[in-house]
Amino acid sequence: MNFFVEALAFITDPARLTGPDGIPVRLGEHLLYTVAAVALASLVAIPAGYLIGHTGKGRTIAVALTGGVRALPTVGVVFGLALLMGIGSTPPMIAFVVLAVPSVLAGAYSGFEAVDRATIDAARAMGMTESQIVRKVEVPLGLPLLIGGIRSATLQVVATATVAAVVGAGGLGTYIFRGLRSNDYVQMLAGSVLVIALAIVIEVVFATVQRLVVPAGVAAGRPTDSRAPALRSRTSERSLQEGTQS
Amino acid sequence: MTTAKKKGRLTVLGAVAIGASVALAGCSSGDPLDSGSGGGAEGDTLVVGSQAYYSNEIIAELYAQSLEEAGYTVQREYQIGQREVYVPELEDGSIDVFPEYTGNFAQYLDDSITEGSPEEVEEALSGALPDGLASLSMAEASDMDSYNVTREFSEENGITSLADLKDYDGTLTIGAPPENETRPYGPPGLQSVYGVEVQSTGIDDGGGPLTVKALLDGSVQIADVYTSSPLIAENDLVTLEDPENLILPQNVVPIVSDRVDEGAQDAIDRVNEVLTTEDLQMLNAKSTEDKETSAAIATEYLSDKGIV
Repeated sequence: MNFFVEALAFITDPARLTGPDGIPVRLGEHLLYTVAAVALASLVAIPAGYLIGHTGKGRTIAVALTGGVRALPTVGVVFGLALLMGIGSTPPMIAFVVLAVPSVLAGAYSGFEAVDRATIDAARAMGMTESQIVRKVEVPLGLPLLIGGIRSATLQVVATATVAAVVGAGGLGTYIFRGLRSNDYVQMLAGSVLVIALAIVIEVVFATVQRLVVPAGVAAGRPTDSRAPALRSRTSERSLQEGTQS
Repeated sequence: MTTAKKKGRLTVLGAVAIGASVALAGCSSGDPLDSGSGGGAEGDTLVVGSQAYYSNEIIAELYAQSLEEAGYTVQREYQIGQREVYVPELEDGSIDVFPEYTGNFAQYLDDSITEGSPEEVEEALSGALPDGLASLSMAEASDMDSYNVTREFSEENGITSLADLKDYDGTLTIGAPPENETRPYGPPGLQSVYGVEVQSTGIDDGGGPLTVKALLDGSVQIADVYTSSPLIAENDLVTLEDPENLILPQNVVPIVSDRVDEGAQDAIDRVNEVLTTEDLQMLNAKSTEDKETSAAIATEYLSDKGIV
């Protein structure tokens, strides 16, 4: 308990509010890594996931590939890239994008797959073109699962962005690793508390967003509510679970 | 039925708990790190120990082989972890010879020892040793933090010492393990002792290849690398001199028990008389790069030096 009080004192120390090693700067770096990594990952993974989800092709490859990428230890990737590219923020940035891609990809394609086949058939029967089906049916209905994927990717990156500090690239991990190496457990705990607080804030934001994006009248994300609980729904539910574990 | 089942399960749980605590109690009565050698060796056998650090083990092996050459029987107890573990064993006579480093060991025994020249620290160490232990003469070889620059940087700016840094025009960043920032020899010490303004970039590989790459890339101007690291010679780095002894000296020094007689002391001294920091770098490189065993490395070195 004493440790905890000291850690809070560390965080609230006015001297830590300014300077290049101050909490606002470190928090900003950490948030920047997180947002940028997830944004870059989304740029790649959402179109790819939609393609897989819409056509139903390439799913096996995507699952195998993202599963394999998930097994990469991020610290190892950061060190390996830094040995090739030198220190700085690029090696951790690449590692975080790699970390974020699988969850976003899984969210994107499982979102499409969760759409009831009957709904898509109905849309097609109404004369919608393929692109209309994608834009007006699959994307809105798949949105909750996609946001879920992005949410889990963001949380993974927020928790992992601490390792940027091992190559001197800043972030909240700076406090953690400096504390660890100099037996300053108060500083270490303070760093951890800040990461946890950031993760909780992000989680709350996402929970709200995820609720807001459910199209009116659709209980999406809860496929059991739909009138005809298709086999595909269950498959996709499982694939999302694969997608959300860290 | 359910209650009976529950009771049965509780009994099993209880039995497991009791069994486990008995087993744990059994463990706690003995030292889990005791390899079974018991307290000290018999008769003329000397026990040589080493830290769980490859370079330390090589030095221990040098002493061991030199002792064997002098006719002593040696028992090796290598890779014994941290000082908290092996110092009590030294004190109770379970280990007779242990390679140590002057500054860190002196500080372990007496935390008021924070600075001094190599000789002063050696003296402080011998004063701080508990009864029954003695330190023999230290080697020239040291294994300590050191600030290094590239040969090019050194020649271009005429910098060979930490004292030269204050005339450097431009920002200076040190690539060092994260703890450097708060250590007395880190940026605060450089500022107060040499008047040099530096920043520290934490690179968490213990002054390894990544730190050296950052230096060679120009991401940092100074790299904190251990003096015993083969990387210094490999990359032709210039280790900056430390005229004010900002960094606590860490010369290799053998700690011995009173069972180590004069003949044995001479055998150990023969190693220490020749061991330089460059030798240590070379020996370490054989371990990290050529993957040779400490025994093979020691035999080769000692026969080169005419000791065995």
